[in-house]
Amino acid sequence: MTAGRVDYASLSAGQRLAVKYFVVAMALFLAQMLFGLLAAWQFLDPDFLFGIVDFNVNRMVHINAMVVWLLYGFIGSIFWLVEDESGVPLVGQRIANLTFWVLTVAVTVVVVVYLVVQSGPGDKWTLWFINEGREYIEAPRWADIGIVLCMAAIFYNVAGTFVAGKWSGISGVLVLDLIALAGLYLAGMFYTTNLPLDQYWWWWVIHLWVEATWEVLVGCIMAWGLMKTLATPRRIVTTWLYIEVALMFGSGILGLGHHYFWIGTPEYWLGVGGFFSALEPVPLVAMVVHSVYDAGRHSFRSNNHPALAWLIAHAFGNFLGAGVWGFMQTLPQINLYTHGTQWSSSHGHLAFFGAYVTIIVAFIYIALQKLRGDVWMSADLRGGWRWKWSLGLLHVGMVGMSIALLIAGYEQSFVERAVGGSTWQAYFDGQTQPWFVEAMWWRMGFGVVMTGGLVLLLVDLLRIGAGETRSSKSLAR
Amino acid sequence: MAEANQDEDPRGPEWWASEDFWRKCAIFVTAGMAFVLVVLTYHTHTVILAGAEAGRVPAYSVINHRIGYAFDDDRNMMVPVIGPLAPLFGEELTEDEARALVDHGKLTVQGRNCMNCHTLLGNGAYYAPDLTKAWLDPGWGNEEARELLMTLFLKDPVANARTYGTNRRMPNQELTDEEVRAVIAYLKWMSAIDTNGFPSGFTVLPQGSLSTGSES
Repeated sequence: MTAGRVDYASLSAGQRLAVKYFVVAMALFLAQMLFGLLAAWQFLDPDFLFGIVDFNVNRMVHINAMVVWLLYGFIGSIFWLVEDESGVPLVGQRIANLTFWVLTVAVTVVVVVYLVVQSGPGDKWTLWFINEGREYIEAPRWADIGIVLCMAAIFYNVAGTFVAGKWSGISGVLVLDLIALAGLYLAGMFYTTNLPLDQYWWWWVIHLWVEATWEVLVGCIMAWGLMKTLATPRRIVTTWLYIEVALMFGSGILGLGHHYFWIGTPEYWLGVGGFFSALEPVPLVAMVVHSVYDAGRHSFRSNNHPALAWLIAHAFGNFLGAGVWGFMQTLPQINLYTHGTQWSSSHGHLAFFGAYVTIIVAFIYIALQKLRGDVWMSADLRGGWRWKWSLGLLHVGMVGMSIALLIAGYEQSFVERAVGGSTWQAYFDGQTQPWFVEAMWWRMGFGVVMTGGLVLLLVDLLRIGAGETRSSKSLAR
Repeated sequence: MAEANQDEDPRGPEWWASEDFWRKCAIFVTAGMAFVLVVLTYHTHTVILAGAEAGRVPAYSVINHRIGYAFDDDRNMMVPVIGPLAPLFGEELTEDEARALVDHGKLTVQGRNCMNCHTLLGNGAYYAPDLTKAWLDPGWGNEEARELLMTLFLKDPVANARTYGTNRRMPNQELTDEEVRAVIAYLKWMSAIDTNGFPSGFTVLPQGSLSTGSES
């Protein structure tokens, strides 16, 4: 292999598959950003595309593209590491490839229907074939079933490969977590008239994905990534992974209760949800400690600077976005006023970016290094400004946007909720208050900055390592 | 292995830092928390069925009654109050008929993707007002005008826009007459759900007495 050249043929079957997943993930990331910009602009100019592509459609595509691309990023990362971790070739390669294409065609059809058909009459047919109308899991039922079948196939590939090869702490946690992750999706696949019951199970999917099983999944990916980029010993990453599982599930499973404050569920959820969700930042603090310790222990000797930078961004982004921003409004006494305001939106943006976008980008850099023939990715990298600037722009954009939304949310909690008592008049009083309006402009501006960062990131992903002739830095001492 | 030597203490880690200890912790903590969640889920299920004795989620035929929302001193929060008969559109429905109507309303709200602009019980998107207490909103003027104004608005939200000084209009969802009635029934039922005082400090539109039967 020659350093710097794209060397697709030298990749293993699982790694070639991972590259495909990463390509779709990045395309959807761009789509997510563009639809986010459209929705953000509609806050400023509500007539923009009114009656053509309304806010609800833009917003649905914005959040669904995100869920799907993050899943694609996770699946790609898992396929990338499964053979290395198990020591054997991927089991069921034809099925794995077929699954990729089926899933990708299905996702495309769902998005086209969202954009073209948009909505349907109030009957079950709409739920089955157009749009389920439940935030985050809008995918119609036929697609739900398809997703479950694809996940089962992917699970077979991953678990089967570990069965054929060797197990490790990381793979054990990963496989058990995948079972939970796939199983939880079923909780969102039924219809009921009873709204509290509907939202009760809806949160099983949303919360137990993003605040429990996804966090553990990225813990596994992070553990493997740290071994590769910093040569952290396996015993240390595995022990930390177990600690994180204990803390994450210990707080996150019952932390689910913070979604059960106001949906018609019993009052004990105020106590249970408040207490356990207040503990949810603990594992995220542990992750930061873990990363800082590891990075220091190895004197930042890394063979992949962009990946390490994004891993550090992950540790801090997860802690700030998911931990601090979540903690701010997780106690019921506060949440009574912040629930369903831009405050939640601020938390959502920073948490998804800090916890999940960062780790997937880090992983793609790890993959690209190999794809470019184990090329040098340490100091004085050719065109190294690109990854630094894209990282910087994406972070400045995201943090700026989150602060803007937080200010809007703070104002909304005050004007609409605390003073106005949440009537429609109060809602619009909040929406027209100068703090809110200005925050929406700032959000738009930072969204544009972030989009610039993303475009530069995509250019860098295509170009990094090109023309570089040095091989990757050895981590042996 | 070179990497092992630099990090591993030759005596091995203390018990509290060992892989084995934390693996067991992870397993027991996860199993324990999952067990508690299953127990709480079972209990919550029994009390949030529509019309269950706990009274948190009303029977669908609650749409035959006047609904209020008032501060409860004992619980120190606002709670829904079920008043005397005040049938929706003047037509008293059986529980089954009411359930079918509310069901159609919920299907319509899902099919039209309302949740990606509005919030329901505070969940959804933040581009349009929360619908939890939409039925009780003072914006409808008073009890007598409410059903007509809601119907007109839902039939043509562009012509009858309620933008409160913003330019944000609701797009016309092309609802059928039956869908409009069903959505209103769904919103009326939703306003009677006990949401632990969310939203707080809400002002209900002017309506008749909430005291029922012998008391009045």
